[in-house]
Amino acid sequence: MNTLFEYLVRLGDDSLILGHRLSEWCGHGPILEEDIAMTNIALDLVGQATSILKYAGEVEGRGRSEDDIAFLRFEREYRNALLVEQPNEDFGVTMMRQFLFDAYRKPLFEQLTKSSDAQLAAIAEKSLKETKYHLKHSAEWVIRLGDGTEESHNRVQNALNDLWRYTDELFFENEVDEDLRGKGVIFSSEELKASWSEVVEKVLEQATLSIPDNGWQHDGGRRGLHSEHLGYILAELQYMQRAYPGMEW
Amino acid sequence: MANKEWPLWEVFIRSKQGLNHKHVGSLRAADAEMAVENARDVYTRRSEGISIWVIESSNIHASHPTDADALFEPAHSKVYRHPTFYDVPDGIEHM
Repeated sequence: MNTLFEYLVRLGDDSLILGHRLSEWCGHGPILEEDIAMTNIALDLVGQATSILKYAGEVEGRGRSEDDIAFLRFEREYRNALLVEQPNEDFGVTMMRQFLFDAYRKPLFEQLTKSSDAQLAAIAEKSLKETKYHLKHSAEWVIRLGDGTEESHNRVQNALNDLWRYTDELFFENEVDEDLRGKGVIFSSEELKASWSEVVEKVLEQATLSIPDNGWQHDGGRRGLHSEHLGYILAELQYMQRAYPGMEW
Repeated sequence: MANKEWPLWEVFIRSKQGLNHKHVGSLRAADAEMAVENARDVYTRRSEGISIWVIESSNIHASHPTDADALFEPAHSKVYRHPTFYDVPDGIEHM
Protein backbone atom coordinates (compact mmCIF):
# COMPACT_ATOMS: atom_id res chain seq x y z
CA MET A 1 0.00 0.00 0.00
CA ASN A 2 1.16 3.54 -0.77
CA THR A 3 0.86 4.88 2.76
CA LEU A 4 1.58 8.50 1.88
CA PHE A 5 -1.17 8.48 -0.75
CA GLU A 6 -3.58 6.96 1.74
CA TYR A 7 -2.74 9.58 4.35
CA LEU A 8 -3.02 12.49 1.92
CA VAL A 9 -6.45 11.30 0.82
CA ARG A 10 -7.65 11.29 4.44
CA LEU A 11 -6.36 14.81 4.90
CA GLY A 12 -7.73 16.06 1.58
CA ASP A 13 -11.13 14.38 2.00
CA ASP A 14 -11.64 15.99 5.44
CA SER A 15 -11.15 19.40 3.81
CA LEU A 16 -13.20 18.57 0.72
CA ILE A 17 -16.26 17.18 2.49
CA LEU A 18 -16.36 19.78 5.26
CA GLY A 19 -15.83 22.52 2.66
CA HIS A 20 -18.79 21.18 0.70
CA ARG A 21 -20.95 20.96 3.82
CA LEU A 22 -20.17 24.58 4.72
CA SER A 23 -20.83 25.73 1.17
CA GLU A 24 -24.41 24.53 1.63
CA TRP A 25 -24.87 27.57 3.86
CA CYS A 26 -24.17 29.94 0.96
CA GLY A 27 -27.13 32.31 0.79
CA HIS A 28 -28.70 30.77 3.91
CA GLY A 29 -26.49 32.22 6.67
CA PRO A 30 -28.25 33.67 9.72
CA ILE A 31 -26.89 37.11 8.83
CA LEU A 32 -25.01 38.47 5.83
CA GLU A 33 -21.72 38.75 7.76
CA GLU A 34 -21.84 35.11 8.86
CA ASP A 35 -22.90 33.95 5.41
CA ILE A 36 -19.71 35.49 4.05
CA ALA A 37 -17.61 34.11 6.93
CA MET A 38 -18.82 30.55 6.39
CA THR A 39 -18.35 30.61 2.65
CA ASN A 40 -14.86 32.11 3.13
CA ILE A 41 -14.02 29.16 5.37
CA ALA A 42 -15.59 26.76 2.86
CA LEU A 43 -13.36 28.21 0.14
CA ASP A 44 -10.27 27.86 2.35
CA LEU A 45 -11.11 24.20 2.88
CA VAL A 46 -11.77 23.49 -0.79
CA GLY A 47 -8.47 25.24 -1.57
CA GLN A 48 -6.69 22.97 0.89
CA ALA A 49 -8.36 19.93 -0.69
CA THR A 50 -7.14 21.08 -4.10
CA SER A 51 -3.48 21.26 -3.10
CA ILE A 52 -3.55 18.12 -0.94
CA LEU A 53 -5.34 15.94 -3.52
CA LYS A 54 -3.14 17.30 -6.31
CA TYR A 55 -0.12 16.14 -4.36
CA ALA A 56 -1.86 12.82 -3.63
CA GLY A 57 -2.25 12.34 -7.39
CA GLU A 58 1.47 12.97 -7.93
CA VAL A 59 2.42 10.58 -5.11
CA GLU A 60 0.15 7.90 -6.54
CA GLY A 61 1.78 8.25 -9.95
CA ARG A 62 -1.16 6.99 -12.00
CA GLY A 63 -1.80 10.30 -13.72
CA ARG A 64 -4.89 11.27 -11.72
CA SER A 65 -5.48 14.99 -11.21
CA GLU A 66 -6.98 16.53 -8.07
CA ASP A 67 -10.32 16.77 -9.90
CA ASP A 68 -10.23 13.07 -10.84
CA ILE A 69 -9.67 12.20 -7.20
CA ALA A 70 -12.24 14.63 -5.84
CA PHE A 71 -15.04 13.90 -8.29
CA LEU A 72 -14.56 10.42 -9.70
CA ARG A 73 -14.21 8.05 -6.77
CA PHE A 74 -16.87 5.83 -5.25
CA GLU A 75 -18.18 6.34 -1.73
CA ARG A 76 -16.02 3.64 -0.15
CA GLU A 77 -12.87 5.23 -1.54
CA TYR A 78 -13.44 8.41 0.48
CA ARG A 79 -11.40 8.55 3.67
CA ASN A 80 -12.84 11.56 5.51
CA ALA A 81 -13.74 11.31 9.19
CA LEU A 82 -17.45 10.79 9.85
CA LEU A 83 -17.62 14.07 11.77
CA VAL A 84 -17.23 16.26 8.68
CA GLU A 85 -20.04 14.58 6.71
CA GLN A 86 -22.65 15.11 9.43
CA PRO A 87 -25.51 17.42 8.34
CA ASN A 88 -25.47 21.15 9.01
CA GLU A 89 -28.79 21.14 10.92
CA ASP A 90 -28.95 24.52 12.68
CA PHE A 91 -26.17 27.11 13.00
CA GLY A 92 -25.26 25.77 16.47
CA VAL A 93 -24.64 22.26 15.12
CA THR A 94 -22.58 23.65 12.22
CA MET A 95 -20.40 25.73 14.55
CA MET A 96 -19.93 22.89 17.04
CA ARG A 97 -18.90 20.51 14.24
CA GLN A 98 -16.52 23.16 12.92
CA PHE A 99 -15.06 23.81 16.36
CA LEU A 100 -14.43 20.13 17.17
CA PHE A 101 -12.73 19.78 13.77
CA ASP A 102 -10.71 23.02 13.87
CA ALA A 103 -9.40 22.18 17.35
CA TYR A 104 -7.97 18.99 15.80
CA ARG A 105 -6.78 20.51 12.55
CA LYS A 106 -4.73 23.32 14.08
CA PRO A 107 -2.35 21.15 16.17
CA LEU A 108 -2.25 18.64 13.30
CA PHE A 109 -1.01 21.25 10.83
CA GLU A 110 1.39 22.55 13.46
CA GLN A 111 2.90 19.07 13.66
CA LEU A 112 2.95 18.62 9.89
CA THR A 113 4.94 21.82 9.31
CA LYS A 114 7.86 19.74 10.68
CA SER A 115 7.19 16.79 8.36
CA SER A 116 10.15 15.15 6.64
CA ASP A 117 8.06 15.40 3.46
CA ALA A 118 8.80 18.91 2.18
CA GLN A 119 5.65 19.23 0.08
CA LEU A 120 3.38 18.17 2.93
CA ALA A 121 5.20 20.56 5.28
CA ALA A 122 4.63 23.43 2.83
CA ILE A 123 0.93 22.63 2.47
CA ALA A 124 0.62 22.49 6.28
CA GLU A 125 2.39 25.84 6.65
CA LYS A 126 -0.06 27.55 4.33
CA SER A 127 -3.14 25.80 5.71
CA LEU A 128 -2.18 26.50 9.32
CA LYS A 129 -2.68 30.24 8.90
CA GLU A 130 -6.20 29.66 7.59
CA THR A 131 -6.99 27.08 10.25
CA LYS A 132 -5.96 29.38 13.09
CA TYR A 133 -8.63 31.81 11.98
CA HIS A 134 -11.22 29.05 11.52
CA LEU A 135 -10.62 27.89 15.09
CA LYS A 136 -10.80 31.40 16.48
CA HIS A 137 -14.09 31.98 14.67
CA SER A 138 -15.78 28.70 15.61
CA ALA A 139 -14.55 28.84 19.22
CA GLU A 140 -15.91 32.38 19.65
CA TRP A 141 -19.29 31.22 18.40
CA VAL A 142 -19.39 28.14 20.61
CA ILE A 143 -18.67 30.38 23.62
CA ARG A 144 -21.32 32.91 22.67
CA LEU A 145 -24.00 30.35 21.87
CA GLY A 146 -23.22 28.22 24.93
CA ASP A 147 -23.11 31.17 27.29
CA GLY A 148 -25.92 32.97 25.46
CA THR A 149 -29.67 32.51 25.87
CA GLU A 150 -31.37 29.41 27.23
CA GLU A 151 -32.34 28.38 23.71
CA SER A 152 -28.87 28.83 22.20
CA HIS A 153 -27.32 27.02 25.17
CA ASN A 154 -29.64 24.03 24.78
CA ARG A 155 -29.11 23.87 21.05
CA VAL A 156 -25.30 23.78 21.19
CA GLN A 157 -25.36 21.41 24.16
CA ASN A 158 -27.51 19.04 22.08
CA ALA A 159 -25.13 19.52 19.16
CA LEU A 160 -22.20 18.58 21.40
CA ASN A 161 -24.07 15.53 22.72
CA ASP A 162 -24.76 14.36 19.15
CA LEU A 163 -21.33 15.07 17.69
CA TRP A 164 -19.13 13.94 20.57
CA ARG A 165 -19.32 10.31 19.42
CA TYR A 166 -17.49 11.24 16.20
CA THR A 167 -14.48 12.83 17.88
CA ASP A 168 -12.37 9.78 18.78
CA GLU A 169 -12.18 8.89 15.12
CA LEU A 170 -10.12 12.01 14.46
CA PHE A 171 -7.28 10.23 16.24
CA PHE A 172 -7.76 6.96 14.36
CA GLU A 173 -4.55 5.09 13.67
CA ASN A 174 -3.56 2.01 11.73
CA GLU A 175 -0.52 0.67 9.88
CA VAL A 176 -0.55 3.73 7.59
CA ASP A 177 0.19 6.04 10.50
CA GLU A 178 2.73 3.65 11.96
CA ASP A 179 4.67 3.50 8.72
CA LEU A 180 4.63 7.29 8.16
CA ARG A 181 5.57 8.02 11.75
CA GLY A 182 8.61 5.81 11.35
CA LYS A 183 9.68 7.96 8.38
CA GLY A 184 9.14 11.25 10.23
CA VAL A 185 6.32 12.24 7.84
CA ILE A 186 3.71 12.46 10.62
CA PHE A 187 3.92 12.59 14.41
CA SER A 188 2.41 11.34 17.65
CA SER A 189 -1.38 11.23 17.73
CA GLU A 190 -1.28 11.15 21.53
CA GLU A 191 0.24 14.62 21.58
CA LEU A 192 -2.33 15.66 19.02
CA LYS A 193 -5.18 14.41 21.17
CA ALA A 194 -3.71 16.13 24.24
CA SER A 195 -3.60 19.50 22.41
CA TRP A 196 -7.13 18.94 21.13
CA SER A 197 -8.50 18.05 24.57
CA GLU A 198 -6.86 21.07 26.15
CA VAL A 199 -8.49 23.53 23.73
CA VAL A 200 -11.84 21.74 23.67
CA GLU A 201 -12.11 21.55 27.46
CA LYS A 202 -11.11 25.18 27.88
CA VAL A 203 -13.59 26.51 25.34
CA LEU A 204 -16.46 24.28 26.45
CA GLU A 205 -15.96 25.37 30.03
CA GLN A 206 -16.07 29.01 28.99
CA ALA A 207 -19.20 28.21 27.01
CA THR A 208 -20.78 26.63 30.13
CA LEU A 209 -21.24 23.37 28.19
CA SER A 210 -20.60 19.91 29.55
CA ILE A 211 -18.93 17.03 27.76
CA PRO A 212 -21.37 14.11 27.49
CA ASP A 213 -20.41 11.03 29.47
CA ASN A 214 -21.55 8.67 26.74
CA GLY A 215 -18.35 6.75 26.03
CA TRP A 216 -19.45 5.00 22.86
CA GLN A 217 -17.67 6.18 19.70
CA HIS A 218 -18.17 5.71 15.96
CA ASP A 219 -15.43 4.98 13.49
CA GLY A 220 -15.17 3.73 9.92
CA GLY A 221 -14.61 6.87 7.86
CA ARG A 222 -10.85 6.31 7.58
CA ARG A 223 -11.60 2.82 6.23
CA GLY A 224 -14.23 4.03 3.77
CA LEU A 225 -17.27 3.00 5.83
CA HIS A 226 -19.45 6.08 5.96
CA SER A 227 -22.74 7.24 7.39
CA GLU A 228 -25.76 7.49 5.07
CA HIS A 229 -25.05 11.20 4.58
CA LEU A 230 -21.96 10.89 2.39
CA GLY A 231 -23.85 9.36 -0.54
CA TYR A 232 -26.09 12.41 -0.80
CA ILE A 233 -23.10 14.75 -0.57
CA LEU A 234 -21.33 12.87 -3.36
CA ALA A 235 -24.44 12.87 -5.54
CA GLU A 236 -24.40 16.66 -5.44
CA LEU A 237 -20.62 17.03 -5.54
CA GLN A 238 -20.09 14.64 -8.45
CA TYR A 239 -23.17 15.28 -10.55
CA MET A 240 -21.59 17.65 -13.08
CA GLN A 241 -18.46 15.55 -13.67
CA ARG A 242 -20.51 12.36 -13.96
CA ALA A 243 -23.10 13.90 -16.30
CA TYR A 244 -20.60 15.85 -18.43
CA PRO A 245 -17.24 14.06 -18.10
CA GLY A 246 -14.25 16.38 -18.33
CA MET A 247 -16.32 19.55 -18.28
CA GLU A 248 -14.61 22.77 -17.20
CA TRP A 249 -15.82 26.28 -16.55
CA MET B 1 -39.54 42.35 24.30
CA ALA B 2 -35.86 43.22 24.18
CA ASN B 3 -34.41 44.46 20.94
CA LYS B 4 -32.94 41.40 19.27
CA GLU B 5 -31.09 43.29 16.55
CA TRP B 6 -27.32 43.26 16.97
CA PRO B 7 -25.69 46.69 17.31
CA LEU B 8 -24.27 48.43 14.28
CA TRP B 9 -20.50 48.95 13.99
CA GLU B 10 -18.49 51.29 11.79
CA VAL B 11 -15.43 49.70 10.21
CA PHE B 12 -12.09 51.40 9.54
CA ILE B 13 -9.36 49.69 7.55
CA ARG B 14 -5.71 50.64 7.14
CA SER B 15 -4.38 49.53 3.78
CA LYS B 16 -0.79 48.46 3.15
CA GLN B 17 0.26 51.87 1.82
CA GLY B 18 -2.11 53.98 3.91
CA LEU B 19 -0.95 55.65 7.09
CA ASN B 20 -4.39 56.11 8.58
CA HIS B 21 -7.46 53.96 9.00
CA LYS B 22 -10.20 54.86 6.54
CA HIS B 23 -13.90 54.34 6.97
CA VAL B 24 -15.02 51.54 4.65
CA GLY B 25 -18.55 50.76 5.80
CA SER B 26 -20.59 49.25 8.58
CA LEU B 27 -21.86 45.89 9.75
CA ARG B 28 -23.79 44.21 12.53
CA ALA B 29 -22.19 42.09 15.25
CA ALA B 30 -22.98 40.89 18.75
CA ASP B 31 -19.87 42.39 20.34
CA ALA B 32 -16.54 44.05 19.56
CA GLU B 33 -14.55 40.86 19.03
CA MET B 34 -17.10 39.45 16.60
CA ALA B 35 -17.26 42.83 14.87
CA VAL B 36 -13.51 42.62 14.14
CA GLU B 37 -13.94 39.07 12.79
CA ASN B 38 -16.90 40.05 10.65
CA ALA B 39 -14.98 43.07 9.36
CA ARG B 40 -12.12 40.75 8.42
CA ASP B 41 -14.50 38.56 6.43
CA VAL B 42 -16.60 41.29 4.85
CA TYR B 43 -14.03 44.02 4.16
CA THR B 44 -10.55 42.45 3.84
CA ARG B 45 -11.15 39.31 1.79
CA ARG B 46 -9.48 40.86 -1.24
CA SER B 47 -6.35 41.89 0.70
CA GLU B 48 -7.61 45.41 1.35
CA GLY B 49 -5.94 45.87 4.69
CA ILE B 50 -3.45 45.13 7.43
CA SER B 51 -5.29 46.63 10.40
CA ILE B 52 -8.94 46.91 11.45
CA TRP B 53 -10.71 49.30 13.80
CA VAL B 54 -14.36 48.96 14.70
CA ILE B 55 -16.46 51.35 16.72
CA GLU B 56 -20.07 51.02 17.73
CA SER B 57 -22.01 53.46 15.57
CA SER B 58 -23.92 54.81 18.57
CA ASN B 59 -20.61 56.12 19.94
CA ILE B 60 -20.12 58.43 16.99
CA HIS B 61 -21.28 62.01 17.47
CA ALA B 62 -21.83 63.88 14.24
CA SER B 63 -22.34 67.43 13.10
CA HIS B 64 -25.89 68.23 12.11
CA PRO B 65 -26.61 68.99 8.43
CA THR B 66 -28.65 72.10 9.36
CA ASP B 67 -25.57 73.53 11.08
CA ALA B 68 -23.55 73.28 7.88
CA ASP B 69 -23.84 76.98 7.07
CA ALA B 70 -22.60 78.07 10.46
CA LEU B 71 -19.84 75.51 10.57
CA PHE B 72 -18.42 75.56 7.09
CA GLU B 73 -19.54 78.70 5.24
CA PRO B 74 -17.23 81.14 7.09
CA ALA B 75 -14.14 79.31 5.81
CA HIS B 76 -15.07 79.91 2.17
CA SER B 77 -14.10 83.59 2.26
CA LYS B 78 -10.72 82.97 3.86
CA VAL B 79 -8.62 82.08 0.86
CA TYR B 80 -5.51 83.37 2.64
CA ARG B 81 -5.57 80.21 4.72
CA HIS B 82 -4.39 78.28 1.68
CA PRO B 83 -0.63 78.40 1.15
CA THR B 84 -0.99 79.74 -2.38
CA PHE B 85 0.47 83.25 -1.93
CA TYR B 86 4.12 82.33 -2.12
CA ASP B 87 6.42 82.56 -5.10
CA VAL B 88 8.16 79.23 -5.38
CA PRO B 89 11.86 79.80 -6.11
CA ASP B 90 13.31 78.24 -9.25
CA GLY B 91 14.82 74.84 -8.76
CA ILE B 92 12.34 73.67 -6.13
CA GLU B 93 10.66 70.49 -7.28
CA HIS B 94 7.77 68.43 -5.94
CA MET B 95 5.76 71.32 -4.52
